[in-house]
Amino acid sequence: MSSGVKLPIFFENRDIVAPGDLLAEGEYIAGSNTYKEGNRIYASRLGLVDYEEKRVSVVALNAFYVPSVGDLVIGKVTEVNINGWVIDINAPYSALLRAFDVIPKFKPQKNDLSKVFDIGDMILARVIAYDRTRDPILTVREPELGKITRGQIVKITPTKVPRLIGRRGSMINMLKRETGCKITVGQNGLILIECKGPEEERLVSMAIYKIEQEAHTSGLTDRVVEMIRKEKERMIKNEK
Amino acid sequence: MKNEKRELIDKDGLRVDGRKKDELRPIKIMVGVLSNADGSAYIEQGKNKIIAAVYGPREVHPRHLALPDRAILRCRYHMAPFSVEERKSPAPSRRELELSKVIREALEPTVFLEQYPRTAIDLFIEVLQADGGTRCAGITIGSLALADAGIPMRDLVVACAAGKVDGQIVLDLNDIEDKEGEADVPVAMMPNLNLITLLQMDGLLTPEEFEEALNLSIEGCRRIYALQKKALKEKYISIREEVET
Repeated sequence: MSSGVKLPIFFENRDIVAPGDLLAEGEYIAGSNTYKEGNRIYASRLGLVDYEEKRVSVVALNAFYVPSVGDLVIGKVTEVNINGWVIDINAPYSALLRAFDVIPKFKPQKNDLSKVFDIGDMILARVIAYDRTRDPILTVREPELGKITRGQIVKITPTKVPRLIGRRGSMINMLKRETGCKITVGQNGLILIECKGPEEERLVSMAIYKIEQEAHTSGLTDRVVEMIRKEKERMIKNEK
Repeated sequence: MKNEKRELIDKDGLRVDGRKKDELRPIKIMVGVLSNADGSAYIEQGKNKIIAAVYGPREVHPRHLALPDRAILRCRYHMAPFSVEERKSPAPSRRELELSKVIREALEPTVFLEQYPRTAIDLFIEVLQADGGTRCAGITIGSLALADAGIPMRDLVVACAAGKVDGQIVLDLNDIEDKEGEADVPVAMMPNLNLITLLQMDGLLTPEEFEEALNLSIEGCRRIYALQKKALKEKYISIREEVET
């Protein structure tokens, strides 16, 4: 502290806090999932408290996805309209994908949109516009984006996506390395797993659920590696 | 009829269910009991058994109810037909509609509604077994279900009632005390911010008695708040203890 006097904080780092818990008093900055009332900072969500220098924030344990421009998301087509699609992206607002985005010379009279994406199709897309006063707009004009044709999709709490990715991608890279699968993480908590066979896909989804369950504990990466190796041994035994 | 009226507080100062005047009923709270809902909670308070579920924020249907500058909180308090001794019609009664409104207004101040415009947060409170004080228990778990759903809140809301029975001020009335007693004062509050979000009074109290009842309710709220917070954190603390040891 610049003044030399330690201003009061009321929890330890990584303690679990509930909405309304007084986190700190004094010249602190209210980070995510907190709010300021006078010079007091309170938690606004259930989560793990994080004191970093002067910033006090809470890593939420459970929350819904709020779209943000640039996010990669996995969504489901829920409506086919005359000039685009409505996509459920697991957020409070449903997203729009415009026909122009997919068909450059789109004419409503000529093109049948349900032939491109139909109701129930899963798509991989990126958020290109969102400002809370209007529904988010998606794009698929990038390589790899578009309709999902193979693999398996699992759903986790969106707040645990950063944990699944890990510091500089450590967790997700470990998962890819250990299982040899392709894993695409949507920021909205939907994850696409593409493997050689259903056995590997089951293994990856097991690992992902374990990470979701135990996201707030320490030493998680090691436990996940251990679990995957054990499962792989078991799979090899079964084959014999 | 007057002669038949039973004594609600005996000569030892104990109430019909053996409690002292400032004693709460035994309380058990669980969080995250429904997997389909975004958030849920369950409470047993004496013979009360109530479950709450939260969905949202989600798109508003019908569309015209949506507000351009904030989310709407919708609340449905409902008693199951088997929740009371004589079958209750499952259709929402006048009383249930009023309680839905009262509970909604007790919870609205805590939710950051302005953060998610054009959406709805739906709260369902289902009374499985009723034994007095269901609105308070409903508010207590309603706020827990909201917190479990990850909806940003200023504070948890906790509620408790006090009342007058046989001329004395007592805490946490049960059904008999509520019906045969003289008065009932339900209070809901945000304990950390020290704000009251619901205050009702049914019956007759002198100003002094009212103040005593109010203070006793607040004391009851603080005790329930400790249990409420413990229940909310329990789920995650137990996982952490299990894997880290």
